Amino acid sequence: MAHFEKPAEGSWTEHYPELGTGPVSYEDSISPEYYELERKAIFARTWLNVGRVAQVPRAGSYFTRELAAAGTSVVIVRGTDGEVRAFHNICRHRGNKLVWNDYPREEVSGMCRQFTCKYHGWRYDLQGACTFVQQESEFFDLDKTQYGLAPVQCEVWEGFVWVNVDPDNTVSVAEYLGPLGAGLEGYPFDKMTQVYKYRAHVGSNWKLFIDAFAEFYHAPVLHARQAVADESRKLQGVGYEALAYQVEGPHGMVSSWGGMSPPKDITMVKPIEQKLRSGLFGPWDRPDIEGLDPLPPGLNPARSRAWGIDSFVFFPNFMLLVWAPGWYLTYHYWPTSFNTHIFEGTLYFVPPQNATERLRQELAAVTFKEYSLQDGNTLEATQMMLETRAVTTFPLNDQEILLRHLHKTAHQYVDAYQNGLSVPSTPAPVPAAS
Amino acid sequence: MPVLPSEFSDLEPFADWSLATEAERYAKRLSSSMAELQAFYDAAFPRLEAILSSLDRLELKSLSEQWTRLLWLSYSLVNVSFPVEVWRQPRVPDSGATAMDVVVEPAV
Repeated sequence: MAHFEKPAEGSWTEHYPELGTGPVSYEDSISPEYYELERKAIFARTWLNVGRVAQVPRAGSYFTRELAAAGTSVVIVRGTDGEVRAFHNICRHRGNKLVWNDYPREEVSGMCRQFTCKYHGWRYDLQGACTFVQQESEFFDLDKTQYGLAPVQCEVWEGFVWVNVDPDNTVSVAEYLGPLGAGLEGYPFDKMTQVYKYRAHVGSNWKLFIDAFAEFYHAPVLHARQAVADESRKLQGVGYEALAYQVEGPHGMVSSWGGMSPPKDITMVKPIEQKLRSGLFGPWDRPDIEGLDPLPPGLNPARSRAWGIDSFVFFPNFMLLVWAPGWYLTYHYWPTSFNTHIFEGTLYFVPPQNATERLRQELAAVTFKEYSLQDGNTLEATQMMLETRAVTTFPLNDQEILLRHLHKTAHQYVDAYQNGLSVPSTPAPVPAAS
Repeated sequence: MPVLPSEFSDLEPFADWSLATEAERYAKRLSSSMAELQAFYDAAFPRLEAILSSLDRLELKSLSEQWTRLLWLSYSLVNVSFPVEVWRQPRVPDSGATAMDVVVEPAV
């Protein structure tokens, strides 16, 4: 029995007929060879979100990102001209990693006037130009202007910093994000600077964790004990239906209701939530800032009064979750092998004005971790059994449309790469006429 | 020398929950018995309203050492609310192989 209206075709999935409705193979998540293809076809050729501009607030602010899947390490730095740039994190002299402390494989951040290589002291300014070569006269016709840092395409969209390691890329971030990105422009991301960031090493293919967070079908079951008993039974009985799904190009989104912020009945939630007026959906009271009412047009596309959260899956590995009570959350999934990845969850709130607001945010952050720990461990269990190939195809329901779309999109990028094509410009299905 | 403000001397036996980072709070939670978690929760939870109304009268960014300690203790209360109110065990069930580390958290 449907609680929310579906498209005229009868299901969200059939609204996008190219997605099909048959069982899907998860071979793409258990094959080392396929992962190597994905690295070249996807991670080395698409825009990847690496953070926020607030991480490089002033000239000389920098941070590094280890992009194992894209096959490089990058340093992102704000120049003296105010521009944010990205470079391959490699010294032009003999290839030493340029920016790192103590452990070459760990990410670092900080402030500097210039970059100096630890090995032979070559220096680079904040715009990447080589400014000093140790014992320059020992070299043979060395022209320093030819030895600037190797640039990586870098753009800022709505305060999010993106890199694309493909030098032949000609698509801007805004074009790449398409209508789903455009619909978010103007959201007050820049006012939400109180940050909690979590990191986990997860024993599964990167797509499996996106799968887990791109559907809420699992929530009433896997997270049953996080609700009080009566509420939990009710949630399992009702199951889960989204307000709306959208698929646009390689990206997708799910819009969901959110009955817990605040709950209709206070006894539905745990004592600490009752006391603090906060929980999984964040502090129940919206912060007093501009930009939350009205919301940008891309949010709450069903225009539902029950709206609670929109989850955007920006291909390949970035999710953006905007919550009705006025905060947002990002997920990144950084592959490290075919069956491992690093997960990052980052919560962004308006800075609290007092201890009560601070503690409400603390509860939301702690709750996030409790849920994610459950999700993360389930993934390793899934990966293990998928790898047995005891069963090779799996049915996906209509509430799992974004999973179908994610795997299909990954396949389209790999197919295009294998056929010698550039990145598919319109890899995604065209919505059926309705 | 008391760790906490004098108004909250009743929580002094639990001052070891006054920990600056999530990593320390979570580690203490995992290394505590349910009886210890319950005792802390039973002492601190009924005081939460008083804690917050006192702290809310102060400037969050310039709290004295003792009030900061009280704020940290209230973060611990939030952390142990899960084992006490939900899990009935210190660890999140079925999370054995997974760890999730805080890499950025607010200064206050």
